[in-house]
Amino acid sequence: MATSSLTANLDQIFIILRDWLVGYLPAVLRPAAGVVLGAIAIVGVFPGLFAVVVILERKGVGRIQNRYGPNRVGPFGLLQPIADAIKALIKEDIVPDRADHVVHFLAPIVLLVTVFMGFAVLPVGRNMVLVDMDAGLLFFIAMGAATELSVFMAGWSSRNKFSMLGAMRGIAQMISYEVVLVLSTVPVVMTAGSLSLTRIIAAQNSYSGVFPHWYIFTPWGAAGFLAFSIAGMAETNRSPFDVPEGESEIVAGYHTEYSGFKFAIFFIAEYLSMISISGLAATLFLGGWSAPFSFLAFIPSWIWFFSKVILSLFVFIWVRGTLPRLRQDQLMNFAWKFVLPFTLLNLLVTALWRFMGEGWLRWVVSTAILAAAYVLMGRVGMRKEQFGPRRYRYAE
Amino acid sequence: MLGEGILKGMAETAKNFFGSYVSKERLTTVEYPEERIPAVEAARVFPFLVYDGADWEAGLRCVACQICEKECPPKCIYIDKSKDKKPDYVGKQQFYPTRFDIDISVCMSCQICVEVCPFEAIKMDNEFELATDDRFGGLLYDRKQLARSNEYYHSIHPTEASEVDARLGEEKAKVEAKAKAAAEAAAAKAAAPAPPAPTAGGGS
Repeated sequence: MATSSLTANLDQIFIILRDWLVGYLPAVLRPAAGVVLGAIAIVGVFPGLFAVVVILERKGVGRIQNRYGPNRVGPFGLLQPIADAIKALIKEDIVPDRADHVVHFLAPIVLLVTVFMGFAVLPVGRNMVLVDMDAGLLFFIAMGAATELSVFMAGWSSRNKFSMLGAMRGIAQMISYEVVLVLSTVPVVMTAGSLSLTRIIAAQNSYSGVFPHWYIFTPWGAAGFLAFSIAGMAETNRSPFDVPEGESEIVAGYHTEYSGFKFAIFFIAEYLSMISISGLAATLFLGGWSAPFSFLAFIPSWIWFFSKVILSLFVFIWVRGTLPRLRQDQLMNFAWKFVLPFTLLNLLVTALWRFMGEGWLRWVVSTAILAAAYVLMGRVGMRKEQFGPRRYRYAE
Repeated sequence: MLGEGILKGMAETAKNFFGSYVSKERLTTVEYPEERIPAVEAARVFPFLVYDGADWEAGLRCVACQICEKECPPKCIYIDKSKDKKPDYVGKQQFYPTRFDIDISVCMSCQICVEVCPFEAIKMDNEFELATDDRFGGLLYDRKQLARSNEYYHSIHPTEASEVDARLGEEKAKVEAKAKAAAEAAAAKAAAPAPPAPTAGGGS
């Protein structure tokens, strides 16, 4: 009994801490103060996680390429993010003379704000959500879509051909994959019957035996997770979908004309959106803050949430270290000819799953449909066009 | 099937990731200031002046012929010829440089000065840690800074230095043989009226 109350307290430690702090204020101010504290926690914790991810990425990609990675600043180079931050802060802030100064200044701020807004509805633990919105998922996706605005603001206001090209590419890519991203979350909403992220987690937070009822362990969930991961990678402009940045083609894409701290904000926002999309993936398909086995439920929920996020961030880094950048046409073909039809079919499979009732039959049917569709669409939709050697009609 | 190649690639990078922690051979990085690899013998950075013996000033092989100064494409060599002469390695009286400066901020390491030098007096160094906080004086090397012993030359370019030594030795032997022959001839013609003095360093 004593241990269970201890684990329960540990699970809710941040809530208890908040209530204790807020308790010193008059009752009128308490709700507002609670929200402010929550916002401060979000603004403090996730950039901290960003620093961890940066060092993880630089070391991880280094190891993937058989290098050491940064190892000079501090023990094992662990203080590298601090050095990077100082460097970014003391750099000169250069704005092109003919740029649209106001929009140029606003673009990184819009990006950072919209990215942070997404965290507001993300449950990072049991009862640990800043705003428990009924349409949390919708809000999250709307905020994710607003980052496109910032990309275009940055590209357009810079008056630079590389920025413009990067922004055009970015918009094309993000709008294409936005469709996939939204459609791949629909099966979850269909099954859970709610757009509220806390209720989606609650629907997954039960066990048969020791195994959890996470949506990834269903055929439609696995397919949806695959599509969601692909779309999430594209949405956050991560390699292999980093076409908007394309440093070997168009300098740095839409943030070519940004330097110093404004560039750092783009950098932070990119990683924060990675973290938030990882958090959403964990929430929708990996049971959010719930433990992977029923006997591990004594470990605090927020530890599970952050472990899942860090695990999926590691996959992001792993993919970045493996795959080269796609061409623009490959990117578009992949989105519209393969992932989108696949997610649409996944909606049908989810409906079948919903109405076929319990039993092994629905497993067989939905797995068969999805596997057949994957193979078939992979063959037909992604068929390579054989161009062959170039032939010259008039020269030679 | 679609995605097969991606999985193969992911397996490869995972192997790299974990392998680099297990086997040191995978990591090719040389952590430079602490670790270094010996320079390749053919490595060259900027020229230096070779001297024989212990005293750099007396042993300098350079005879201030100024060929390198004229040939230098970026014109970074500055030579002042001496008024007096001093004996070179075969004993012949030669001019020497009272000033021999190389501006290494201008030098482009083309090695043309080395190739045109008939006296094997200027060679390429492999010293590359030349950073200085004075970009004018600090990078203008005078003859004292440029002088390096023949032993040093042997230590950095052993093959090339042995070839040079052999060539110089041959020449010296030739000159000595000629001097000896001349001396013998002079001795043989001791009775004859005074012969003209033998000219050392034939072919110069």
